[in-house]
Amino acid sequence: MDESNSRTFWEYLTHVSEHHSPLDFVLIWDHIDRFLWGTLLTLEITLFALVLGGILAVPMAIARAYKHRWLNFPIWCFTYVFRGTPLLVQTYLLYYGLAQFDAVRESFLWDPILSSAWWCALIAFTLNTAGYTTEFLRGSIETTPAGEIEAARACGMSPWTTMRRIVLPSAFRRALPAYSNEVIFMLHSSVVLSTITLQDLLGAGRWLNGRYYLAYEGFITAMLFYMVLVFIISRGFKFWEKHWLGHLRQRQTEDEPVTLKAG
Amino acid sequence: MESIWAYRNLLFEGTVVTVQLAVGSLLLAVLLGLIGATAKLSPSRVFQNLASAYTTLIRGVPDLVLMMLLFYGGQQLVNDFGDFTGWWDYLEINQFSAGVFSIGFVFGAYMTETFRGAILAIPRGQIEAGIACGMTPMKIFSRITWPQMVRYALPSFTNNWLVLVKATALVSVIGLHDLVWNASTAGRSVREPFTFMFAVLVIYLMITAISDVGLRWLDRKYSVGVRRV
Repeated sequence: MDESNSRTFWEYLTHVSEHHSPLDFVLIWDHIDRFLWGTLLTLEITLFALVLGGILAVPMAIARAYKHRWLNFPIWCFTYVFRGTPLLVQTYLLYYGLAQFDAVRESFLWDPILSSAWWCALIAFTLNTAGYTTEFLRGSIETTPAGEIEAARACGMSPWTTMRRIVLPSAFRRALPAYSNEVIFMLHSSVVLSTITLQDLLGAGRWLNGRYYLAYEGFITAMLFYMVLVFIISRGFKFWEKHWLGHLRQRQTEDEPVTLKAG
Repeated sequence: MESIWAYRNLLFEGTVVTVQLAVGSLLLAVLLGLIGATAKLSPSRVFQNLASAYTTLIRGVPDLVLMMLLFYGGQQLVNDFGDFTGWWDYLEINQFSAGVFSIGFVFGAYMTETFRGAILAIPRGQIEAGIACGMTPMKIFSRITWPQMVRYALPSFTNNWLVLVKATALVSVIGLHDLVWNASTAGRSVREPFTFMFAVLVIYLMITAISDVGLRWLDRKYSVGVRRV
């Protein structure tokens, strides 16, 4: 955009804000950097939590699916607690709660990690998404067609090779639609960040509203940003599903219903 | 442990508020879900598009953002409208109604999909049979659609309810004195935040467990007459 063009845009924005609109677009434009930084923080924690939670979830899902003698019950307890309680409470428990114990405050973990809102949020989010991912991944491992496993055995694959080449790749594919819901839900849940002093996307909106004592601007801007993020994510997953799940697609396509993740 | 016992009344009051909030939102969500599903299945293009816009919007926006928009912005909108028309002087949107409206509005979208799927699962022939017997649309709904719809919708409904219960915790952020708010206040004042948040965790698990039992009972009741393989 060249100089003259941007000035006319600016004049137009000022004019609209002053005369026609209940929203002050100039103010939003002035503070757009805060929203962009907020978006970055939201995406950063959501993404790290999803990656780490996913890594934790795979072995736990395998242990649950094959009903490991010692691990099945503890993992079930873990997923039950993390799926049965609000993420807000889990985050509070970690961030505000741990300071109650002197042993935690004096430990070497306190200073860099457990006293920081960023790390506490990351840990809580990771455990939470690990709980949900474990359960639906278990479901999709359990529904692996028996014929595929028999075929692998008949080819002389070891259990480990079967897992790596046959079971996991097809389980991941079947879990993809559930996982796209999980990703969007994690993005929605990341608003909890703004309740423990972090400036995420909603935090930027809350800041704008608090600073100028306004009712709409901050939240509506944050809302639009979230909508764009969700739109991009679900487009990405649609593409991915087309790529990886092409062989499972039904001939007649229906529009996809909105569903909640299991829990 | 003694501190929990000392503050038991506060925790109990908070639990009551949380449960009221959840049930209130659920009622609104079911109402909106029925309207939304009807609109999605109606022959009218306008209604279909409106309902799709609703579910798409909700999928795109986190519930806390809507809650804050409603709590801070809704307040101003309602009063500006009252000023403009002169119908009312000053209305206050309190935290409870902001919570019920926003959570109900959000889960209404999920209920819309739940009910739409359930209605589509009913064999079309049964409704045609109802028409052939001369039933009015109301009668077809109450005798054919509703009883079976409940059965088809229950698994997804259960799921929605469990997510809804957890969403109520967010209302503490806009200052409603619910379970989370009361517990964190009490925890701060006796300097035992972990103990109190842990108690909240346990209470939420209890609510989940109790509703699990109730919903299983409903499932059995509505599946009477269905052959189980």
